[in-house]
Amino acid sequence: MTAAAMTRPTQASPWATAGRVFEHRARQYRRLYRASLFGSFGIPALFLTAMGFGLGTYVDRTPDTVLAGVSYVQFLAPGLLAASLMQTASFEATYPILGGLQWNRIFHAMAATPLEGRDVALGNIAWITLRLTLVGTIFAAVIVAFGATRSWLIVFAVPVAVLTGLAFATPIMAFTATQRTPDKFAQIFRFGLTPLFLFSGTFFPIESLPTFLQPVAWLSPLWHGVAVVRALMLGTIGDQPLLAAVHILVLLAITFGGALLAIRTIRERLKRG
Amino acid sequence: MSEQRVAGTAPLIQARGLTKRFGTFTAVDAVDFDVQPGEAFGFLGPNGAGKTSTMRMIGCTSPISDGTLLVLGMDPRTEGAKIRGRLGVVPQQDTLDNELTVRENLIIYGRYFGFSRPECARRADELLEFVQLTDRGKDLVEPLSGGMKRRLTIARSLINEPDLMLLDEPTTGLDPQARHLVWDRLYRLKQRGVTLVLTTHYMDEAEQLCDRLVVMDKAKIVAEGSPRQLIERYSTREVAEFRFPAGVQETLDGQFEGLGSRIEKLPDRVLAYADDGEAVVIAARERGLHPETVLVRRSTLEDVFLRLTGRSLIE
Ligand SMILES: Nc1ncnc2c1ncn2[C@@H]1O[C@H](COP(=O)(O)OP(=O)(O)O)[C@@H](O)[C@H]1O
Ligand SMILES: [Mg+2]
Repeated sequence: MTAAAMTRPTQASPWATAGRVFEHRARQYRRLYRASLFGSFGIPALFLTAMGFGLGTYVDRTPDTVLAGVSYVQFLAPGLLAASLMQTASFEATYPILGGLQWNRIFHAMAATPLEGRDVALGNIAWITLRLTLVGTIFAAVIVAFGATRSWLIVFAVPVAVLTGLAFATPIMAFTATQRTPDKFAQIFRFGLTPLFLFSGTFFPIESLPTFLQPVAWLSPLWHGVAVVRALMLGTIGDQPLLAAVHILVLLAITFGGALLAIRTIRERLKRG
Repeated sequence: MSEQRVAGTAPLIQARGLTKRFGTFTAVDAVDFDVQPGEAFGFLGPNGAGKTSTMRMIGCTSPISDGTLLVLGMDPRTEGAKIRGRLGVVPQQDTLDNELTVRENLIIYGRYFGFSRPECARRADELLEFVQLTDRGKDLVEPLSGGMKRRLTIARSLINEPDLMLLDEPTTGLDPQARHLVWDRLYRLKQRGVTLVLTTHYMDEAEQLCDRLVVMDKAKIVAEGSPRQLIERYSTREVAEFRFPAGVQETLDGQFEGLGSRIEKLPDRVLAYADDGEAVVIAARERGLHPETVLVRRSTLEDVFLRLTGRSLIE
């Protein structure tokens, strides 16, 4: 046995190998977190002030049957929380992933070591989960500071919002790994995320949409997320616990399906070079 | 650095009928080669010959399409991760993380192999010393010159004390001074007994670094041997190069026949191969040829390649 062989670590578990990818992403973030944290506090505060209180003043004056006594800012805050994590997740699943595959090619560097495509996919998903948790927690803290939640169950609303983000992150990551340029990303944001952002019950209940359009909401992961996050923050989760469970299951299914797909496409991409 | 394994003379790499296809296109066509412990082995060939495709199969990042391949006695299809753990890879394109510092790039790479953080830090400092980048350790990678990035990539590939180094075009795109710095480091590794496998389309790089090499062209291996053997086998000891004023060379058809043992007409000059170049120059003068410049030089691998393929290495 050579000295090198003796200091060589033994075969690692998949958790450990994915963890090394996660560690790399975390190390990159150490340089950026100041600027990014500022945005994490600033954006929610801006939105809640402008839309929740600015717009809300008008909404709350109108006689209202749908919002059922809930102030507009309380109605809006859960929608914004879930939607904001959708956006963060989608961003994290596009540019940084394409960067590692195409621009600085660090994922190819990883694939030349004991790590492989699965580790790259899972490590990045783990990183995005942490990133969403940070952004979501800060958002929730701002909501609490604005008095825009009715229930302490907002503590559970954060993980649900994170899951909502992941339901976007994993399939989009799978798609990103098939791309060589960011050209199509703008289309995802414009034609995919923007309509979802507007029509998933974020700003108004989907009951205000024409009846024939309402079932379409089922196709929107954001709608499932907003529904549960809102029920938790308004304290109405006990009203329809079964429906909430279905929403969560849908989000879990998309997240896991997307993750399996992402492992496949990233693996293929790394093999192709 | 890495010590040689003493386990007999089993080759570190053994390829038989090794093939890589992309769809219907064959990038590597049934090549055979062995790489022995401690040697510096080269793939010399022009762009598109299939060098990178071969290296990526050896590096267990690209699955083989056909044939057999053993790396460190293991099968890349089933033991890829284990093999990769013992390789040091310098890819053709840099894969450094521009968002991290020079030293962090080494540490994080060591972490991929599962070494502890203190161990990675210790090795990083040692390797920075080795590639003469110690004073750049805290800088970001981005502003480094091409040569420094290349040296950093070489340092990075050594972090796991590899049994076998794979270097894909280690000096392509570098200026002469930067190239010599890289060669110097590789030469030291060679002296320490590290097994090097490298690709290049520079014949001087192949001559300087390789104990043995294969010439690759259009997905196939066309010749194999030491630089000296290849030159002896496929070329003469010397070459006389004649350059004529513009337009003149075309008018001289047939006038070179019999000068030396072989004539190559390139667009800009005529090469006459002979063991005694001076004699050829004198003979040419006697025939009344008046070249603008004459150069007698030793044969190189460039001449071997020209002989084997009818083309130059660098188009
Ligand atoms: N991922 C790929 N998909 C399709 N063709 C490829 C791929 N990689 C390389 N090739 C083709 O295979 C041939 C050999 O390429 P390569 O191995 O990179 O040669 P070299 O490294 O000698 O320049 C080239 O014609 C190249 O276009
Ligand atoms: Mg190449």
